[in-house]
Amino acid sequence: MPNFKVEAKNFNLYYSEFQALKNIQFQAEENTITAFIGPSGCGKSTLLRSFNRMNDLIPGVRTEGETLVNGVNVYDKSVNVDELRKQVGMVFQKPNPFPKSIFENVAYALRVDGIRDKRYIEEKVVNSLQQAALWDEVKDKLKKSANALSGGQQQRLCIARALAIAPSILLMDEPASALDPISTSKIEELIYDLKRNYTIIIVTHNMQQAARVSDRTAFFYLGELVECDETKTIFTNPKSLRTQNYITGKFG
Amino acid sequence: MKFLTKQRGKQLKQTLAFGTFRLVSFSVIGVLFLILGFIVVRGLPAISWDFLTKMPENGMTEGGILPAIVGTLCLVAGSMIFAFPVGVFSGIYINEYLKESWFKKLVRSMTNNLAGVPSIVFGLFGMALFVDQLDFGDSILAGSLTLGLMVLPVIIRTTEEALKTVDDSMRLGSYALGATKLQTIRKVVLPICYPNIVTGLILSVSRVSGETAPILFTAATYFIDRLPNSIFDQVMALPYHLYVLTTSGTDMEKTRPIAYGTALVLIAIVLFVNLLANSARRYFNNKLK
Repeated sequence: MPNFKVEAKNFNLYYSEFQALKNIQFQAEENTITAFIGPSGCGKSTLLRSFNRMNDLIPGVRTEGETLVNGVNVYDKSVNVDELRKQVGMVFQKPNPFPKSIFENVAYALRVDGIRDKRYIEEKVVNSLQQAALWDEVKDKLKKSANALSGGQQQRLCIARALAIAPSILLMDEPASALDPISTSKIEELIYDLKRNYTIIIVTHNMQQAARVSDRTAFFYLGELVECDETKTIFTNPKSLRTQNYITGKFG
Repeated sequence: MKFLTKQRGKQLKQTLAFGTFRLVSFSVIGVLFLILGFIVVRGLPAISWDFLTKMPENGMTEGGILPAIVGTLCLVAGSMIFAFPVGVFSGIYINEYLKESWFKKLVRSMTNNLAGVPSIVFGLFGMALFVDQLDFGDSILAGSLTLGLMVLPVIIRTTEEALKTVDDSMRLGSYALGATKLQTIRKVVLPICYPNIVTGLILSVSRVSGETAPILFTAATYFIDRLPNSIFDQVMALPYHLYVLTTSGTDMEKTRPIAYGTALVLIAIVLFVNLLANSARRYFNNKLK
């Protein structure tokens, strides 16, 4: 049995009475990119947020079954949510840098983690900014406010911020949907590069984006995972008619 | 040319509306300046170094108002030492920790109601609790606590409102990095809303410094010829001094200028505090940019 990095087993999720996820079975291997696609409200973001338990913050959420990270059920009572989130980084749809300096944005996660060593923090910040392909653009203005950056730069800063505490998994919730085409392609290149070191799951409404960056694609519809396969297969030869109709633009 | 006439009708309406708004706002500002000017003109002749640094003399018809200035400053400082932490912590608790429920609604509406209670009622309550029950006597302590209680709802509300302006994406971003709730509040949420909280604090300072009713039975005294040296001392206070001078002075003709001078000092203090608030707000805002 292959060693899956991220998994969902018989996973159900309810918002009060409404069942948002229905008996999800999902696996992602290490150092792969999986794209979640599907019409709005199909549950793809909900499943994404179940891997780092961001759903906990929404009142009335109830889960059944398991989501596993590194083979551990994240909903287990013994799991420390804060520690889990250090393992599983997240990038949001809208860039949300803190109104602090560029440096402090990246250093924040380290400081929160209790790291005080200045040299180490500096090293990590530089390293994370390099990984996020932002270093060259900001190296002369690390003390400047993050709000002065462009939207695309802000999003890469948020990625750098997430990388700083060395997670092994990155969850991305439509990370490029609020950006212009050039910034989008930069983010896509970056995501592709990050695959070497991280396991990535990306939610996207952009079919071409899913086709361009991902190894595997999962199609969700009305809370069900309809089909999950090699991206090439999903886009050329899907098993389900619903998948085919969605990717060819017949509905959605 | 039908569209032209219509345009003209609209333009007339616009002009009328703007004219009305302008008139109303200018008259309000005008009245404000009138009051301010009146007090400055009447009060300025009384102001001198001696006026600010000397004790009242000859049945308060001569001399200065130092004990009243010091008294007001003591009361303001005391009330803030008490009300600011309590108010800010309560605001944080209500907005960040309390889940939406009937209890939260109850706490909210009680705070609102408390803000509407007349200050004289607080005075009476302060007398019953602090002066009599806890036996602090008429003192800075009793007066400060009473004033503090009075502005507490204001501080709680402003803190809450300030916290509400912080976008949830900031909190989520912080949680997603593995920060705890406390870390998120301390290092992300609070720095963003410092300016607004500080403004709330300073506005309550101006409110406290001008209040007479809450200190009437808890702290203020008609006349005292020395400065306070403990929190259990009675004090004179600017607003109360003003009240005394204008209603029951020994010689109205002679005390009237001193009353205006006192009013001017009080207004100057409030104005100074407000300017301080503005620069503090600007300072924190710049830090965020």
